Amino acid sequence: MRLRPALRFRIEPRRETSRPLLYVTPVVAVILTVLTGLVLFVFMGYAPGPALYHFFVSPLLTLYGLSELMVKAAPLIIIGVGLAMGFRANVWNIGAEGQLTCGAIAAGGVALALWGNEGIWVLPLMCAAGIAGGALYAAIPAFLKTRFDVNEILTSLMLTYVATLLLSTLVYGPWKDPAGFNFPQSRMFTDAAILPILLEGTRLHVGTMVALLIAVAGWVLITYTFIGFQIRVVGQAPAAARFAGFSRTGLIWLCLLISGGLAGLAGTFEIAGPIGQLVPAVSPGYGFTAIIVAFLGRLHPLGIILSGLVMALSYIGGENAQVEVGLPQAVTGVFQGLLLFFLLASDFVVRYRVRLAPAMAG
Amino acid sequence: MARDGLNTDRASPRLEVKGVSKRFPGVLANDHVDFAVRAGEIHALLGENGAGKSTLVKIIYGVLQPDEGVIFWDGRPVSVADPRAARRLGIGMVFQHFSLFEAMTVLENIALGMDGGTDMRALAGRVSEVSQAYGLPLDPHREVHTLSVGERQRIEIVRCLLQNPKLLIMDEPTSVLTPQEVERLFETLRQLASEGCSILYISHKLHEIKALCHHATVLRGGRVVAECDPAVETATTMAELMIGHEVGTIARRAGGGGAVARLVVEGLDQRPKTVHGVALHNISFEVKGGEIFGIAGVAGNGQSELMLALSGERLVHHGEVIRVDGQPAGRLSAGARRRLGVCCVPEERNGHAAVPAMSLTENTVLSGHHRLNLLSSIFINSAAARRFAEKVIKAFDVRTPGTAASAGSLSGGNLQKFVVGREILQAPGVLVVSQPTWGVDAGAAATIHQALADLARDGAAIVVISQDLDELLAITDRLAVINVGVLSNALVTAAADVAEIGLLMGGVHGLDAHPAPRGAGAAHAS
Repeated sequence: MRLRPALRFRIEPRRETSRPLLYVTPVVAVILTVLTGLVLFVFMGYAPGPALYHFFVSPLLTLYGLSELMVKAAPLIIIGVGLAMGFRANVWNIGAEGQLTCGAIAAGGVALALWGNEGIWVLPLMCAAGIAGGALYAAIPAFLKTRFDVNEILTSLMLTYVATLLLSTLVYGPWKDPAGFNFPQSRMFTDAAILPILLEGTRLHVGTMVALLIAVAGWVLITYTFIGFQIRVVGQAPAAARFAGFSRTGLIWLCLLISGGLAGLAGTFEIAGPIGQLVPAVSPGYGFTAIIVAFLGRLHPLGIILSGLVMALSYIGGENAQVEVGLPQAVTGVFQGLLLFFLLASDFVVRYRVRLAPAMAG
Repeated sequence: MARDGLNTDRASPRLEVKGVSKRFPGVLANDHVDFAVRAGEIHALLGENGAGKSTLVKIIYGVLQPDEGVIFWDGRPVSVADPRAARRLGIGMVFQHFSLFEAMTVLENIALGMDGGTDMRALAGRVSEVSQAYGLPLDPHREVHTLSVGERQRIEIVRCLLQNPKLLIMDEPTSVLTPQEVERLFETLRQLASEGCSILYISHKLHEIKALCHHATVLRGGRVVAECDPAVETATTMAELMIGHEVGTIARRAGGGGAVARLVVEGLDQRPKTVHGVALHNISFEVKGGEIFGIAGVAGNGQSELMLALSGERLVHHGEVIRVDGQPAGRLSAGARRRLGVCCVPEERNGHAAVPAMSLTENTVLSGHHRLNLLSSIFINSAAARRFAEKVIKAFDVRTPGTAASAGSLSGGNLQKFVVGREILQAPGVLVVSQPTWGVDAGAAATIHQALADLARDGAAIVVISQDLDELLAITDRLAVINVGVLSNALVTAAADVAEIGLLMGGVHGLDAHPAPRGAGAAHAS
């Protein structure tokens, strides 16, 4: 056996991580994403100017565009705030999409059961059912994690597909609209089960305001309360959390129930807001996109409002560019992926440096 | 040739440092430092924590680059770009914390640290050669996790000696050794010096420096404040040079210890959590109110496991195994035990006793919220936490810009003062503290010792787990020795014999001329 020194790349943590720089990286990531998009458009044979204009600018020029931005951002913000809570505590709930779906099923069930009822308590009941649905669905990974130490990333992710299939089963079967020409969808909800609209002529519903309130509440919770303190400690220094007597099990449950419950609420708002009924796909991947939103917002609830708006723009811009310049719909996904990649990459460069060094140096 | 290097004053010194300065943000770590080490000289570098010793040796070993000043090697100015360049010059360094892979053999670890290609068979031969020549018994094929700390240090020393160093830097080498192991190390170092190898010896243990070193350079606040001959100085005069004023002595009442046992541990048995952990076997002791009880032992013999069991971070099987003021506490969580009055200071400050990225105020809440009124409903009462943090900073002279500074920004010694102070000022009924003065300077150590004595006088039961035997002899009423997870019977400190304690600390390993039999290692690891 012979060991030879070789020149290799060595990755070393930087001695001081610049805090301001950590707040600049999301902006850098957005800029890099746009630039890469530019190159991408050129290679795909689109005029880059108009394509970018219709993707990023024109949606913001009309009141309707802005209201749509809020409508799309609301679920991202609601879910993102919940996920960020868990991510701070090193609880990796990747299955918000499934919890959103379960919340929608539970709330939709209430709406259908109370179909035609005019009581003002229908909506609050739906919200409660939605939160409970999402939280209960997140309780499965929480139980498996705390009881058997099963990785929550896998369980929460895999359960997402189960939830989607459950929803399909319902809308293709028992909950199908009897007067719906056999389309796989439920009856349209009656008025009492629909979120009030804030701005006539748009789809801007009350849920968007609730999303902002949730972000503020999340900020207060994480910054000023003892629970938030425990979440931060357990994420930054698990040994210190044990030293302080914080219950790891309790915090895992709490984080999963909060993020699951909020995802369920977001699902409720979708079906009681823009959709108005149960359909096989209640979300265009909000639960997954919210993971990007949480990180882009630096896991800070107020940052998540901003990043939620940015990611919402990618949805609307994608649709807009599809209509105006004929870009394929996949571009939306590509942009979201690029954004996450650039964010993680620039974070990495801020935290570490890469050196060419002999691999054997002691 | 013995000692010829020592007296050739005319020749250029082996190493000379001239006007070396190093500035870090907010602190001048080295301020125009001048000193020289001659060939064959054992040269002590003395100083409190934060005096700039570590910075200086890092500059010499090429880990840091000086802002100003020149290093001369055998009379030639050199620039030491990195540790490889230092090793090429003939500078070797044994760090305080070893960099060894537990799951690999001695030989593999040594091979990993060598510059240049390595022929394993030839290397094995050289390792045995060197270890025999210098009285450093090592079995090249043992796995590192089966070795005692003393044996691990030998690996690091042999690794340096294989490069035929002309200057060997030793950073606090005896902090983890038994008295007998220290004596053996000194013999090795004396032999090396007699062959012309210079040794730069960093320590705060003054009697060791007196016993070993030919010359001492004293650093204070980044500057050289004195040069002295340790043989003619006393430990007290050197301590005064080091801290710049007279050293206080602790006021202790004689024969502490009331009648009531406040902490009782009875038959504590525990399996290790990991392969490298230590099992605890039938540990029993009791500490009375007003008493300071010491647990001596070489690191890695079950101290951290015992600490976790006492603090409640790991629950024991029966509540009755640990009793606090008569109440069973073995099944209580860390928080519940704090409410009963048990405060703890674990050995690792960063990430265990404190969250590095959080402010001192927040770190106060971490362990203080059980006993101090730091919460109002679900919210943290920041003002109250800040007031308590300020109190700790003031009482224990923690050098920090303020309570908003992050724990990680404090130097090791200052964070230590904060963490120990935070627990003491909560007025616990039972205090368990590991390495209370690890990394703090003599003045601060005296403050901490005094605070422990005062706390005991007020009726608390105190357990001090330390590897520093001198410390335990100075402050405890009774002490016991832990070795491979077994606690010896308690001895009355005033009547204890250091040699006997040393033998207990050595236990089954560390003392024999040949490496311990595999059976002992296996028992250690199981």
